[in-house]
Amino acid sequence: MSKRLAGYTGASLILLVLTLLICVGTGSVSLPLMEIARILLHRIPYVGSFITPDWTTASEQIVLNVRLPRVLLGLIVGSSLSLAGAAFQGVLRNPLADPFTLGVSSGASVGAAVLIFFGWQFSLIGIFTLPAVAFMTGILTLWVVLVLAREKGKIPTESLILSGVVMQSFLGAVVAFLTAMSKKTVNEILYWTMGSLSLRGWSYTAILLPYLVIGLLIIWSGARRLNLFALGERQAAHSGLDVERTKLVMLAVATLLTAASVSVAGVIGFVGLVVPHMIRLITGPDYRLIVPLSAICGGVFLMWSDLIARTILGQTEIPLGIVTAFVGAPFFALLLYRNKKRRAHLQEGGAL
Amino acid sequence: MSMIEVRGLTKRRGSRKVLNQINFSVSQGEFLGVIGPNGSGKTTLLHTISGVEGIDEGEIVVDGRKVEAYGRKELARKLAVLQQDGIPSIAYPVKDIIEMGRFPFLDWLGRDQSKDTEAVIKRIMHRLDLDSLADRPVNELSGGQRQRVALGKVMAQQPRVLLLDEPTTYLDIRYQLQFMELVAQWRQEEEVTVIAVMHDLNLASLYCDRLLVLQDGAAAAVGTPEELLTPETIHEVFQVQSAVTAHPDTGVPQVMLRRGEQPAAEDGANL
Repeated sequence: MSKRLAGYTGASLILLVLTLLICVGTGSVSLPLMEIARILLHRIPYVGSFITPDWTTASEQIVLNVRLPRVLLGLIVGSSLSLAGAAFQGVLRNPLADPFTLGVSSGASVGAAVLIFFGWQFSLIGIFTLPAVAFMTGILTLWVVLVLAREKGKIPTESLILSGVVMQSFLGAVVAFLTAMSKKTVNEILYWTMGSLSLRGWSYTAILLPYLVIGLLIIWSGARRLNLFALGERQAAHSGLDVERTKLVMLAVATLLTAASVSVAGVIGFVGLVVPHMIRLITGPDYRLIVPLSAICGGVFLMWSDLIARTILGQTEIPLGIVTAFVGAPFFALLLYRNKKRRAHLQEGGAL
Repeated sequence: MSMIEVRGLTKRRGSRKVLNQINFSVSQGEFLGVIGPNGSGKTTLLHTISGVEGIDEGEIVVDGRKVEAYGRKELARKLAVLQQDGIPSIAYPVKDIIEMGRFPFLDWLGRDQSKDTEAVIKRIMHRLDLDSLADRPVNELSGGQRQRVALGKVMAQQPRVLLLDEPTTYLDIRYQLQFMELVAQWRQEEEVTVIAVMHDLNLASLYCDRLLVLQDGAAAAVGTPEELLTPETIHEVFQVQSAVTAHPDTGVPQVMLRRGEQPAAEDGANL
């Protein structure tokens, strides 16, 4: 177990570093990877003193103040969303659950949009206002979705997705309404509906990081509990798991991660769906592997998506949510199809 | 010493009493079978003893303490449950599932508090003939194999009490017998107390020390198979005609069903 964890983690961390260097290096001015690596290493205490700067200040400016904050923000947002997706899937025992399909992202974006509409985003508790309000509207949405989807104490896949879609379109309409009503803040609200990492400086990265670190610690340490959920809630309880408490903690942490991401980067769909699934296909169902690897590879996935979003059309940037939807929606359809086939197969088996 | 004490247990669903004033006790190492028609409250009874469903009146005492006074982990070290459907169709390998039985022994860092865990799991795997299947995902196994994995998981919990909910329902006769033998051996070696909801009266008669008959949520009778498996009682409880004979090896009663429209109870008595 620990050997496999070390192997997979090592491999995906190498992938993460390579992705980071490539994404920082690509743009209107391209920079060689070695130079970026040396600029970054130079900033690290002790190690830095062995490197003599031989690059232009312009390069350093681009790396440290323009590209790196954005790439790192992509890394953190991607990690948070994938982590949230893994937790939702584990607790709800539902492979199609993710912050976007559950409507949690849309819920959080309504909170954010209302604050921006009234110009309240820094009232009450300063920089925490936006994430806090987004969290509350997000968790409220999750609660409504789960109540709508519940049938005799179970949450069937189809009704979960249906209620997620219902909430998504309703809340999407609320955000669109606010966008239409608002005069001066149109662009800023519109931004939440599509997702973007542009024009976000270091401060945003700094706001998000604590959420990711704490979320990762809580969800990872609960990995064994998520495994027990796979046995079904009743059997998990018989095995000594405090089912209701675990569920509450996991759903709250996953929603908080989503809300924090949404309040900074807007609604970015399907990350939490695609990434944990890919990991599951490679490593199997064990959450002790899925959780840490989702965090790493979620970051990798979103960094690449953002690279595509900002480079594919030259100078014109396309919203990040569109890129992830282009990848994620077909993947979602494929999963739905496979789910359907598996159920048909099970029913045949039952009839025999 | 009694391991389980149930006193005046009443459980309501809406206005209906699904369990009504049930009293019984099970002593340590005893094998109690629970029989009764569908909907008589057998499974609900197990759920209340295992603490996943609350009760409305009365009390359930497990090893000297009320069941609701236990924490979930604490209770799982004392009492394990094997459901009818065993392990769901999931892709976890057999060994991982059996290790899940160790969850109640883990501290908050995920370390097992007892030192011989590896040995315990190895012994269980060997005992249940699962060594060659250790790395196979459970969803690729047959029903009989899967139920052995489920048994392995509850054995890893090292409980003092085992609750079985119709554990052999989906098994063919060979695996039914194999499963019951494994439970019986385990019970003998470790003095585990077993409460099993059983459908098959003959199997119940072969393995149980005593039977509890549930009817409409009430305990209709408690006694040995010899006392309770009579054509009269069977007719009263299940409304079927039967003939009862002694098993050629052990002399325990074995039930044979009679064909045809089921007439009144008086005719069933003359064998």
